[in-house]
Amino acid sequence: MDKVIIRLQNIHIEFDDETIIENLDLDIKDKEFVTLLGPSGCGKTTTLRTIAGFVTPDRGDILFDGVRINDLPPHKRQVNTIFQKYALFPHLNVYDNIAFGLRINKKPKDEIDEKIHEILEIVNLKGYHRRSVDSLSGGQQQRVAIARALVNNPRVLLLDEPLGALDLKLRKEMQIELKRIQKQMGITFVYVTHDQEEALTMSDTVIVMKNGLIQQIGKPKDIYDEPANAFVADFIGESNILDGTMIHDFLVNFDDAEFVCVDKGFGENTPVDVVVRPEDIEVCEPDKGAINAVVKIVTFKGVHYEMIAQSKNFSWKIHSTQYKPEGSQIGLNIIPEYIHIMKKEAGTAN
Amino acid sequence: MKSRVIAVPYVIWSGIFIIVPTLFVGYFAFTDSNGTFTLENISKIGKYANVFGRSIIYAAVATVLCLIFGYLLAYFMAHLKEHQKSLCLVLLMLPMWINLVLRTQALQNILMDNGIINKLLGFLNIPSVKLLDTSFSVILGLIYNYLPFMVLPIFTSLEKLDNKVIEAAQDLGANSVNVFTKITLPLSMPGIYSGIIMVFIPCLSTFVISEKLGGGKVYLIGNVINDMFNQNYNFNVGAAISLVMMLIMIVTLVIFGFLDDETKEGIL
Ligand SMILES: Nc1ncnc2c1ncn2[C@@H]1O[C@H](COP(=O)(O)OP(=O)(O)OP(=O)(O)O)[C@@H](O)[C@H]1O
Ligand SMILES: [Mg+2]
Repeated sequence: MDKVIIRLQNIHIEFDDETIIENLDLDIKDKEFVTLLGPSGCGKTTTLRTIAGFVTPDRGDILFDGVRINDLPPHKRQVNTIFQKYALFPHLNVYDNIAFGLRINKKPKDEIDEKIHEILEIVNLKGYHRRSVDSLSGGQQQRVAIARALVNNPRVLLLDEPLGALDLKLRKEMQIELKRIQKQMGITFVYVTHDQEEALTMSDTVIVMKNGLIQQIGKPKDIYDEPANAFVADFIGESNILDGTMIHDFLVNFDDAEFVCVDKGFGENTPVDVVVRPEDIEVCEPDKGAINAVVKIVTFKGVHYEMIAQSKNFSWKIHSTQYKPEGSQIGLNIIPEYIHIMKKEAGTAN
Repeated sequence: MKSRVIAVPYVIWSGIFIIVPTLFVGYFAFTDSNGTFTLENISKIGKYANVFGRSIIYAAVATVLCLIFGYLLAYFMAHLKEHQKSLCLVLLMLPMWINLVLRTQALQNILMDNGIINKLLGFLNIPSVKLLDTSFSVILGLIYNYLPFMVLPIFTSLEKLDNKVIEAAQDLGANSVNVFTKITLPLSMPGIYSGIIMVFIPCLSTFVISEKLGGGKVYLIGNVINDMFNQNYNFNVGAAISLVMMLIMIVTLVIFGFLDDETKEGIL
């Protein structure tokens, strides 16, 4: 698990004089499930294409097992890709699509047959092998694309939003299935998704990107609990992001109240970003908390209620199991551990 | 209902210009000069079997060569930048705006014994070669005139080919040979079939090209028909030969049109 299989070193990519990826450094460990997460256009697909060999970086090196592979053409790389738009072969049926890689590698007929029926079962497409790919629904096509890549048993599998076209139930099933396959077959997964929940539940490591720059690399829990900046906090899960002032170590002011916190080293009277997760806010009787607010909207979300509560300067999003009717006065409390203080960054303040 | 109304002008048009002439051809083919029914004209066709054979061979050779050169050209064009593509298309179609007879006459002048090629050879002290009035010149003329009809449909099918599909093949280990044989070629088959139809059929019926560039030495079925109508005034045998040729064309159309549909069905 600790051996690095792919190393991206100082990768820099420009398209039409526009910088798309900037000085990207990334180590992907063998048999690891790594997820690239970020808003549309941040360079996730481009990063995958660099690993697959379809994009040559303008600067920097790609190492595979410690060997530089910048100049190795895609067909010689030990990686397979599940493309964002499937890219199935329109003139071949489901069976021949999946068999493509095995036939190129001159695998015996029986073995191909066996493997394909096995993989069709895994992706839930048993009995579909004679169908032409254009007669399939979007979700079925996507599963053919998954099967076509997986059947080759690659060392590294690159997945570009492989579950995007599936409905919620099937997506959840396939998430579990992909995770199981990844563990069982011992394949390194580099996974791209928009869906932060998917990223958090499936990954060993999450990489949050923005405008071609890595914002944070870490375990899902670390990224959720300790976002590196307001952008990550906002992108991963829901959060309240406020402008605050660090009065001195362990004391911060926001929303016209002073809070004890666990952060230090920001200096005195420094403007900072303050992030509080909706579920970390404690609701109490008015005047009993640090802040007073009025409940504006209450929505039942299954396990909890989501409340929007307006204080003097800020509209708080709160998740609580406690029901407070709309229009009622409430008090808000936040314990020091749940107040996340971040250095202000250009462009990230709202 | 609406579509039927729209079809009316087309039905009238094809009635006047396709069905009626075909019926006339049929009428002449099965009657003698007095207008009485006979099978004599049809039985005389056997005499022209070798001309039919020659025509089919010339048309087939020209079609195969057009396919080879046309595919290379279409492939090259499909990989150009957008503005270069348009330029190439214009260059390809430009000669088609000039009348076929005129184009062929120009080619005749170029190939003549004292034409520009032989003059150039003489200038370089190379003995002159006989180019005109040979099989070579006729085949060259056929290719020269009909190449664009091969290039355009193939170019169109290559244009439609999604680059992502090629990347997917490379990703699965296909080298450039594999990509061509397993992806590019199968996906351009519809263009190839259309191209074959559009080149083979006019090549089969040509008489201008074989006359101007073959100098009477390459006598094709088109020339036979032309002579029957314009010199011998034997409309009946001429019509019978035309009828057989139409049959050959229909068979070609059916075979390649059918193959085309088959591949299209697989792709769409
Ligand atoms: N071939 C190309 N030529 C020019 N610009 C490109 C090219 N490919 C990508 N880009 C640009 O690079 C940026 C990053 O694109 P990329 O496809 O990597 O984004 P992404 O993170 O995968 O987005 P999404 O989530 O929407 O798929 C975009 O601004 C895109 O317009
Ligand atoms: Mg993408």
